[in-house]
Amino acid sequence: MANDPISQFQLSKLVPIEIGGMDFSFTNSSLFMVATTVVAAGFLMSTTANRGLIPTRLQSMSEMAYEFVASMLRDGAGSQGMRFFPLVFSLFMFILIANLLGMFPYFFTVTSHIIVTFALAMLVIGTVVVYGVMKHGLGFLKLFVPSGIPGVLMPLVVMIEVISFLSRPISLSVRLFANMLAGHITLKVFAGFIVAMGAQGALGFMGAALPLLMTVALTGLEFLVAFLQAYVFAVLTCMYLNDALHPSH
Amino acid sequence: MVDSLETRRQELEAKLASKRKDDEDKAGDDGGDRKGYALAVKLSSEFIAAVFVGAILGYVLDTYAGTAPWGMIIFLLLGFVAGVLNVLRSVGAVEKPKVGYSSKED
Repeated sequence: MANDPISQFQLSKLVPIEIGGMDFSFTNSSLFMVATTVVAAGFLMSTTANRGLIPTRLQSMSEMAYEFVASMLRDGAGSQGMRFFPLVFSLFMFILIANLLGMFPYFFTVTSHIIVTFALAMLVIGTVVVYGVMKHGLGFLKLFVPSGIPGVLMPLVVMIEVISFLSRPISLSVRLFANMLAGHITLKVFAGFIVAMGAQGALGFMGAALPLLMTVALTGLEFLVAFLQAYVFAVLTCMYLNDALHPSH
Repeated sequence: MVDSLETRRQELEAKLASKRKDDEDKAGDDGGDRKGYALAVKLSSEFIAAVFVGAILGYVLDTYAGTAPWGMIIFLLLGFVAGVLNVLRSVGAVEKPKVGYSSKED
């Protein structure tokens, strides 16, 4: 593997597929997306296959994940929001497992590509818009019209609210993507320092202990970020779904 | 004997209490650092996203309506305003808008 910190994000075509002049190749990113889905589904299914009243360790892990997302959704969007539980739970598990898989050396981090996170964010916002319009009709547009604004200021305020709404998928996707990208680059740079300093004779070899310590610490931090970003994404999803359920709020 | 046990228990309790406090302080510090970092990324992404959307909207408007450069100028400024609003909203300095519409269930 090359030494520069960016090459870990390079896509490579594993199975080139071309349909109608468009590139539909199966890349290493696709492979890890499949792996993420398989791992998430396999873990949840195998741990709940022989479920007992007294859970085993693995079963209680699955139950904790369920309870965690369920209470988050209930807090964020009310009990009506529970109809979106499958969506939120799938998103949370997908992002969490993808982030954690990315922590293995030589593994590809799916969520470090903005197009992937943007697609996930658009899925959320798409659901919000479609469900909001389905349920409230044109009343959903009142989301952009705060009450108690003087008529003169109305067009300006509505424009600002619209831009603020449109910026949501972008901030949602940029946050996840930037965290994963920055974390993995930092890790790689510090790990590179160890090799570079270690090659500089005895003094450098001793000095290389510093970046080594830093790398160990950063690895721990990265595990935390992996979980935290999946959590943040799910919490914001709940918040936006709440807007779709109750645009008056 | 009972006395010494009692005093030993009290000593242990006092020690445990001070140790717990230390641990909590430490945990608080770590949590603060992590939260600060998370907050920084959150707020900057909120702000940048709005500016970005404003710029894109302005650019698209200019391209299709031929109003260059006014669409870009106005929408970029509106994007900055929306960015500030996003940031203030996410730190809770500005309340979520109270909308005049109420859903049928309420």
